[in-house]
Amino acid sequence: MNADVIVIGAGIVGAACADALSERGLRVAVIEQDIPGGGATAAGMGHLVVMDDNAAELALSAYSLSLWKDLVGDRPQRHEYSGCGTIWIAADEEEMQAAMEKAQNLAGHGLLCEMLTPAALYAREPQLRAGLAGGLLVRGDGLVYPPKTTRILLDRAMRRGAVTRRATVTAIEDNCVMLNDGSRHLAQHIVLAAGARSSALLPALPIEPKKGHLAITDRYPGFVKHQLVELGYIKSAHAPSGDSVAFNLQPRPTGQILIGSSRQFDTIDPAVEPAMLQRMLRHAARFTPRLTELNIVRTWTGFRAATPDGLPLIGPCDARRGLWLATGHEGLGITTSLATAQLLAAQIQNETTRIPFAPYLPGRFHD
Amino acid sequence: MTDLSITLHIDARSISVEPGVTVAAAIALAGGGVTRLSVHGHPRAPLCGMGVCQECRVTIDGRAHQLSCQTLCANGMHVLTASEGAA
Ligand SMILES: Cc1cc2nc3c(=O)[nH]c(=O)nc-3n(C[C@H](O)[C@H](O)[C@H](O)COP(=O)(O)OP(=O)(O)OC[C@H]3O[C@@H](n4cnc5c(N)ncnc54)[C@H](O)[C@@H]3O)c2cc1C
Ligand code: FES
Repeated sequence: MNADVIVIGAGIVGAACADALSERGLRVAVIEQDIPGGGATAAGMGHLVVMDDNAAELALSAYSLSLWKDLVGDRPQRHEYSGCGTIWIAADEEEMQAAMEKAQNLAGHGLLCEMLTPAALYAREPQLRAGLAGGLLVRGDGLVYPPKTTRILLDRAMRRGAVTRRATVTAIEDNCVMLNDGSRHLAQHIVLAAGARSSALLPALPIEPKKGHLAITDRYPGFVKHQLVELGYIKSAHAPSGDSVAFNLQPRPTGQILIGSSRQFDTIDPAVEPAMLQRMLRHAARFTPRLTELNIVRTWTGFRAATPDGLPLIGPCDARRGLWLATGHEGLGITTSLATAQLLAAQIQNETTRIPFAPYLPGRFHD
Repeated sequence: MTDLSITLHIDARSISVEPGVTVAAAIALAGGGVTRLSVHGHPRAPLCGMGVCQECRVTIDGRAHQLSCQTLCANGMHVLTASEGAA
């Protein structure tokens, strides 16, 4: 491996980094222990969504969505892309107020959104239960099939000379990685993009696995037309501890319905837990009652790499010389992968960045 | 003497069958082969006959994705196969 940069992990974040770095002329080697795109990237929903819990999250996700638009371009089917948009569902007046604030916030970033009265909401999504207060439609959001995009990014990097190697990194040293066959490989830069397993290589990293369950139905084309998310999601998804479920329904381009989502701390067992699944599905059926008539064909789990403040770690890490982090993307790593890669590659190359990169620097957790 | 006491509708056709006949068999008797279409629009037909392959799915009385090989015909039943655009 004769590389300027070694990227550890070929999830969507590692693949995007390989793409961005090779585009800048660097020789890139990617080390992946399993299948590219097979980790959290294969487990996620693939929702491309602007999130605005804080200014830094909004800046990163909005920037990334503009990069997605360029990447998907005029060949959306390669990524199984759908520009379905998101409807944030308000159950009551309090959530309607939150939707209004969200709309103002997003509009301030030039994002197209529209408040929906109950009548407008039911006209768009007749499967929703009666009695909801309304919603917010965010038009620019969409969805992809993340393993496909991962493959596309990796192939693009390989056409520029990047190489991939199937091996497990067992240790990171100064400007060096050690593999499970005992070999050592030097490079000026090491990029750690190992998702939730990053802390296995650097135990001091502030990353915790957050387990999630998903279920997918058979094909029921037109059952819902937008990605539907409850505004209550924000309250439940960011609870610092405890198990939670939130209503999150996605219309796949195949006509299947992807049902999310759950969050659990303190477990690394990937088994599907019937009790958690039941809780998640019951909650979903409260929003779309006829969901109970649909056949579920598959259920699975995945692990999000959660940081204490919910923002990813993008930038240099002083634990080792030459080490850079691109991890900790929690539930938003598909969306923010492309912007992450641009911010990281620009820092490595000392270029200016389109948005400030300071909020994502790993150093924020040291004082 | 055969007892063709059950009459059901398969797409636009009506067919009478004996009690105990499955919907998959009735579709075959009615001259249809195709039960469903794949994501890319390819026709599919019953394969295993025992509830495993999922290829025999049809819409029965408005409910999509019912296994025709595991469902017995009933009087007045409405069956939609892929020839009527059921997925
Ligand atoms: C249930 C669920 C739903 C989600 N929904 C969404 C969503 O709708 N939208 C969104 O934007 N995000 C979503 N996410 C989050 C998103 O999936 C992740 O943030 C993203 O996939 C992280 O990508 P990654 O490349 O960092 O990690 P991963 O995809 O996990 O990739 C890391 C790779 O590193 C490899 N690796 C690890 N350790 C080593 C080692 N020592 N040596 C070699 N290789 C190694 C792994 O095998 C893996 O392939 C969801 C996540 C979950 C779990
Ligand atoms: S024919 Fe195989 S499931 Fe019915």
